[in-house]
Amino acid sequence: MGTSTVMFAVLRRDLQAALRRGSEWSNPLLFFLMVCSLFPLGIGPERQQLAVLAPGIIWVVALLASMMATDGLFRGDYDDATLEQLLLSPLPLYPLVLAKTFGHWLVSGLPLSLLSPLLATILQLPSEGLAVLMVSLLLGTAVLSFIGAIGAALTVGLRKGGLLLSLIVLPLYIPVLIFGSAAVKSAIDGMAYLPPLAVLAALLMAALALAPLAIGGALRISVDQ
Amino acid sequence: MANWQWFHKWGSPRWFYQFSGRLLPWLAIPALLLLVGGCVWGLAFVPADFKQGNSFRIIYIHVPAAAVAMGGYMLMATAAAVHLIWRMKLAAIVMKSAAPIGAALTFLALLTGAVWGKPTWGTWWVWDARITSVLILFFLYLGLIALHQAFENRDAAARACAVLAIVGAVNIPIIYWSVEWWYSLHQPASIKFVGESTIHPTMLRPLMATLSGMYLFFGWVLLLFVRAEIIEREKNTRWVQALVSGK
Repeated sequence: MGTSTVMFAVLRRDLQAALRRGSEWSNPLLFFLMVCSLFPLGIGPERQQLAVLAPGIIWVVALLASMMATDGLFRGDYDDATLEQLLLSPLPLYPLVLAKTFGHWLVSGLPLSLLSPLLATILQLPSEGLAVLMVSLLLGTAVLSFIGAIGAALTVGLRKGGLLLSLIVLPLYIPVLIFGSAAVKSAIDGMAYLPPLAVLAALLMAALALAPLAIGGALRISVDQ
Repeated sequence: MANWQWFHKWGSPRWFYQFSGRLLPWLAIPALLLLVGGCVWGLAFVPADFKQGNSFRIIYIHVPAAAVAMGGYMLMATAAAVHLIWRMKLAAIVMKSAAPIGAALTFLALLTGAVWGKPTWGTWWVWDARITSVLILFFLYLGLIALHQAFENRDAAARACAVLAIVGAVNIPIIYWSVEWWYSLHQPASIKFVGESTIHPTMLRPLMATLSGMYLFFGWVLLLFVRAEIIEREKNTRWVQALVSGK
């Protein structure tokens, strides 16, 4: 079998499994929705104040939702030894890991980004920022998926992985958060929003090239132990 | 063919234990002399800053701690790479030992920064680019320590931490650069540290002393940690038992 055939098969299998277990993709979305609606309750309903805070709130909550989704990325495959089969296959690990991470983004980051205009409206984000928010989340959550996958691969063999994952991964998320929320703020203020978006795209390219190597290495360690 | 004997020697914990024992006084004595001497020089003999008065003197601890904390991460990441590539046990021990020392120095840098910030800026904490970067470095150290503790298997812990340390090292320039960018986007440059290039030579010389003292201190404490870890790991071998029973 060729590499692309296997990549496609891995992707299809993951998507099918996610669709059949609806909670896998719907829970992070519900988390995103609920936590975003907590902020007005904590801060106050004033329109102007919410509008100023909205880009940061949405980005931080999207980041947390994406991280929570990442925790389960390899767990099922680890528990039923599918992961071991993937590692044993003669194919290089890079495309397999790429397919798994991309599949994960399709069921976590993509719906999150598509839902974001709704939450932006609830949080009174000015309409100039809506499109940029969505694009920044599309690019940014993809980077988050790659970084999160490194953490998930490192902690998959551990019983108490969840909180540990956040300690490992959150510092590495910071550049994405900075450029993502900056792009939205720039768009609202009528400034150039393309430079931060371009940086996000650059981060995505770097993650695409390098992260699968770290994920693969981490998976081998987790399975070997 | 190159002679690889040195490599095997360095891979032997027993040899390293004996070698590092001879090295310890050569690190400890200059480290203490430079740190204490530099501090006394900086605190008592350097004239006060015309703007900040005496409060700037904390620089003699703050800057070395921050610099060595960053250097320590790079040392740790290098040890991590050596461990992953050549499976050298000693490198794993160095990596594990460097993390808590680095974290402690990072904390010291943050603490002294806060103490310095109160009289200078009127507040304990400012979201300045450098402070934020050091805070993130602190988080990276803590994440690594937490990951190491989570594993029961020592070898798996070392290899997992090695991967994370390398990922962190790749990310550190990106994080620093993004934080710089974030800071310049949000804050006018109204608050500035004393730039390193603009510092007066009379202030700089004691700083050089404490800085090099801090590097030596890091090396000294690192060796102590590494030696303790070697003893712990090799406790069932004959040479450690002979060492403990004093033969």
